[in-house]
Amino acid sequence: MSVTSVDKNFDDLSLTLTADFSAPVERVWRLWADPRQLERWWGPPTYPATVEEHDLTPGGKVTYHMTGPDGEKHRGWWEIVSVNPPTALEFVDGFSDADGAPSTDMPTTHGSVEISAHGDGTRMVVRSTFRSREHMEQLMEMGMDEGMEGAMGQIDALLAV
Amino acid sequence: MVVDEEAADRLFHALADTTRRDILRRSIEGEPSVSRLAELYPMSFAAVQKHVAVLERAGLVTKTRHGREQRVRTDPDGVRRARQALDHLEALWRGRVDRMVDLLAEPAGTSGPDEPKETDR
Repeated sequence: MSVTSVDKNFDDLSLTLTADFSAPVERVWRLWADPRQLERWWGPPTYPATVEEHDLTPGGKVTYHMTGPDGEKHRGWWEIVSVNPPTALEFVDGFSDADGAPSTDMPTTHGSVEISAHGDGTRMVVRSTFRSREHMEQLMEMGMDEGMEGAMGQIDALLAV
Repeated sequence: MVVDEEAADRLFHALADTTRRDILRRSIEGEPSVSRLAELYPMSFAAVQKHVAVLERAGLVTKTRHGREQRVRTDPDGVRRARQALDHLEALWRGRVDRMVDLLAEPAGTSGPDEPKETDR
């Protein structure tokens, strides 16, 4: 169960992560397709997410905000590139300004997920790609604000095992 | 945005070639001169110089002059930043997968009133 492999590609600045779950494909898909489920895993515990718009159709938008420890809100969006329920989703992941309008000068990443039956359970392959080196640098600088640190703390404990 | 695209193109182009990736690896380990690199590959000095120039434009290596020879060195900052960024991304996704596992372990019906009926296999 959980993460079974991680591949980092320094050539195209992408991360491919494979996770195996002991749940059926439809159930794993619902983690993405049900906004109430999505908001429970997308943000780190210190920056819980609230999903507003959630339209998983090509060209559709998912909009959300994450609320930080001091009540400050960080807004983000996905733009759906392609979707094939319950097995595939591809989207661009970006940030919005305070009014919720997508910021065109903010960095984006490209995400794709593939979900398939695997043994008695389900395999999920997530691929996340920095759009460019500049976007990567910008995200690194914003990372602290966006609560990556919160996730990092938890993960350090995991990695130490 | 256009500038970003161009920088990304340069980076991907730089890394899309076996010889250039090999040059990059060797200049991480040491600081080979262009003439030393030219001895390693079945190609002309000028061809190797061109490969180094592509890597240089992508911000992956720098060239420094030592007497009569030019040495190629990996830009350690660029490589380190990429590693850091991908490490962050990994941590982020590991955290998410962790939370997914917790959610999947919850009994059906806790996530909302319109829970679809599920038949497990």
